Amino acid sequence: MCRIGAIKSRHYVHPSQALLLMQSQQKGHDNSGFAMVMQDLGGIFENYKHLPTLSLACTDEGLQIAKAIMDARGFRMVHEWEPQTNRQPGLDIQAMPHYVFQTFDYPETYADASQKDKEELLLDTRLELRAGMEEDCKGFAYSFWPDVVTLKEIGDPRDIGTFFNIWEADDKFTAKVITAQCRQNTNYAIVRYAAHPFFIQGYTALANGENTFYQKNKEFQQNLHRGYIGFESDSQCFLYTLHHVHHELGWPLPYYKHVITPLPFEDVVKREDQQQLLALRQSLAHLEINGPNTIIGVLPDNTMFTCCDAKKLRPVVVGRDEDTVVLSSEVCGINEILPNRNWETDIYPNEREIVVIDNNLEVQRWKQ
Amino acid sequence: METVKINDIACNDLPWKIQYHPERCTLCGSCIAACTFDAIGPKMERRRITFTESATPEPKTRFTAQPVIAQANKIKNFCRGCGVCERVCPNNAISSSRNPDSRFNVVYATSTGTGPKRGGRNNLEVQARTLDTLRVGRISQMTDPSLDAQRHVFDCLAPLGRILPANSLPFDQAADGNLVQKGHTPPVHWIYPVIIGDMSIGALSWRMWEAIAMAVAYLNEECGLPVRMCSGEGGMPVRLLKSRYLKYMILQIASGHFGWNRIIQAMPDMVEDPAGILIKIGQGAKPGDGGLLMAAKVAEHIQAIRGVPKADLLSPPNHQGLYSIEESVQKMFLSFNAAFKFRVPVAIKVAASATSVSVFNNLVRDPYNIVGGFFLDGIDGGTGAAHDISLDHTGHPSVSKLRDCYLAAVAQGRQGQIPLWAAGGLGKTGNLAADAFKMMCLGANGVFTGKLILQMAGCLGNDHSRCNACNTGLCPVGITTQQPVLVKRLDPERVAENIVNYFLAMDVELRKLMAPIGNSSLPIGRSDCLVSSDKAVADRLQVQYVC
Repeated sequence: MCRIGAIKSRHYVHPSQALLLMQSQQKGHDNSGFAMVMQDLGGIFENYKHLPTLSLACTDEGLQIAKAIMDARGFRMVHEWEPQTNRQPGLDIQAMPHYVFQTFDYPETYADASQKDKEELLLDTRLELRAGMEEDCKGFAYSFWPDVVTLKEIGDPRDIGTFFNIWEADDKFTAKVITAQCRQNTNYAIVRYAAHPFFIQGYTALANGENTFYQKNKEFQQNLHRGYIGFESDSQCFLYTLHHVHHELGWPLPYYKHVITPLPFEDVVKREDQQQLLALRQSLAHLEINGPNTIIGVLPDNTMFTCCDAKKLRPVVVGRDEDTVVLSSEVCGINEILPNRNWETDIYPNEREIVVIDNNLEVQRWKQ
Repeated sequence: METVKINDIACNDLPWKIQYHPERCTLCGSCIAACTFDAIGPKMERRRITFTESATPEPKTRFTAQPVIAQANKIKNFCRGCGVCERVCPNNAISSSRNPDSRFNVVYATSTGTGPKRGGRNNLEVQARTLDTLRVGRISQMTDPSLDAQRHVFDCLAPLGRILPANSLPFDQAADGNLVQKGHTPPVHWIYPVIIGDMSIGALSWRMWEAIAMAVAYLNEECGLPVRMCSGEGGMPVRLLKSRYLKYMILQIASGHFGWNRIIQAMPDMVEDPAGILIKIGQGAKPGDGGLLMAAKVAEHIQAIRGVPKADLLSPPNHQGLYSIEESVQKMFLSFNAAFKFRVPVAIKVAASATSVSVFNNLVRDPYNIVGGFFLDGIDGGTGAAHDISLDHTGHPSVSKLRDCYLAAVAQGRQGQIPLWAAGGLGKTGNLAADAFKMMCLGANGVFTGKLILQMAGCLGNDHSRCNACNTGLCPVGITTQQPVLVKRLDPERVAENIVNYFLAMDVELRKLMAPIGNSSLPIGRSDCLVSSDKAVADRLQVQYVC
């Protein structure tokens, strides 16, 4: 089974915490990979929050292709960081030659562009990078967005931590929001893109479990938006639905839950807003999910949330202290990060609610 | 020497032969009375008996005239093999058996100058049905647990009505962030995913039609299953039109427009809206041939409801005056939507054919948002009267066409916007739940069925040419006849009970199929659930091949 976790804190947190969070749940995953998305960055990225950072894993050739594409589009690199890797023998990791995080300034033609135009540019650029490096796995472009870095690798999470030197905490590579997953999705081919979390235009989602409605989700989503591609993992659908409902349709987050797990008809007819809920259910029937899933998501404003399928077939726990909220598949993960919290206030979300952590670390429970 | 009449029709020219055992027969006359086709009758046979009266053989001969039951040697009265004689015989003295050496198709045409007609059943299918080569193959195990079919809550409803894409919904956001509706959306009714197919009052006896209506009302009001029934072409009794039960009925208008006069006249007095309007362009059993109600079945009350004389009633193959898809959409949908002030979904029914995907593709881009459903009817369906040649040799099975329509919608990202309903031989093997489930996995939102309902009522016909005389008005069990004596053979309350029980059983079976795949709502478009042991079928329908 997959294990997922997330940390949202007032202070900058080092990814070693995410490794610890996942490591304690080791019996629940198969040690075949580790991936994380860091948002609201600190350390060496803190001064570049307003500029997009590209997260790449690639070969020499891939790096050249990426450079050519970025140059052609007029992006100007302002900052680059390539983590020092520890290529010692015996590590269980299928490493790429380069892991590159590059921060760019927008092309000059975009100096007066609207936020929306910039968002579309970033998406198109990432899609072009992905397509350009796709052949022979020359490289993987995970995210290209302000204040976001993504790391994904196949192998034993402990060794991946060793390889990237992220067991030792420092203050250079930190973030206030970190989402992480251990184990790759095994339904389809094991490729780096298949590892959760998934990212599109500021939205991050990761999930635990199998998406039983993958086929109908995918068939519907692939025509909804040019960015809905890949589908290397059945869980990618959750991200695209989140993006579609919240970003494209502009509906508030509570409606995400109404779309993915619509209320039964017998409950809908008792509601005052039955007309809207029925319309949602009708129009977006193909975005419904059936489980068994737990989803953790992050919105572009760094609001974090978690919710489950309508049958609540996968576990998730929310634990917190004054400065940090931790979401985890298993409570042992939270115990690792917040050993001194009051565990009696831990939240075990039920099947009809979204638990939302806003930027003041207020934890809200929204009943569907 | 007298000319031997070897060119005359003989019983062994006919499709069924009567097997008669005079030694068991008590000449009670039940079989003759029960045979609606006059295929059997009394006859005197001269018998030569050799006997002896002494201790040593001294054969003598005696001739006697003995009454027997004999098969009629007439093309008009050929035996349909319905087996009613066998059912009523107290002594097991008579039965009918199939005649493999029948010359019927030849002698019928040579004698009458016309082709045979019959009630609709497809008799030529020789291979296994496509649906039977499919299995529900994705059984949830540990990754996606299956459900407890007995206890879990399932959402078994399907939409009828035009569904807008999400970005076209007329929503505004209130100050609290909630969505509020600011404009009209097309009417959508969520109903049970099995509609009782369109069989008109006229095609069915009034008792049969009433029995179905009774069953539908009971299913809705006592069992909580929102089953809908389609009226078929030909209108409805005015009392029903003005009753609150109208909400369970889908009114059909076909190319003959039969019965619409009365419906329109009843509109001001309607206390409920109908569940929907179904515009029949084509049907599966006699595609391109229009409807056919023989004069024999046009009884007085049918004449009254339809406003017609006693004559063969032919619904033309097309709505006369509509010559294109665009025109049909504009004229019919607009007028029928407007008639009920855009409160009632209006759907369209076409026959599965090589062109049905083109029609669907046109409708799915319907700019008026008024096409409330696409009903696709396949060749295996049909109870109505038709010419043999249409029944057996025209049309298209519905499975692959339904799949094509669904995939066409997928390709355009418009799946679900016009609900797909499919029919045509569903439940042919008696198990509608399995067929409906598979059709839904292939993309149908729901199914409709007609013939199976007749079987629930006790129809004796089958797909191997037994009975199939719905066209004659001589239905031996009173289902498709208007003759009062025959109609009385049908017990409407018993029929209603049968239909209700079948639907309840089917509902359980549907859940039994949804549970193992871990689905708590209908499996629309879940083709990943299906596997086929037939490579050709698997490839054609784009489902997994297993062997």
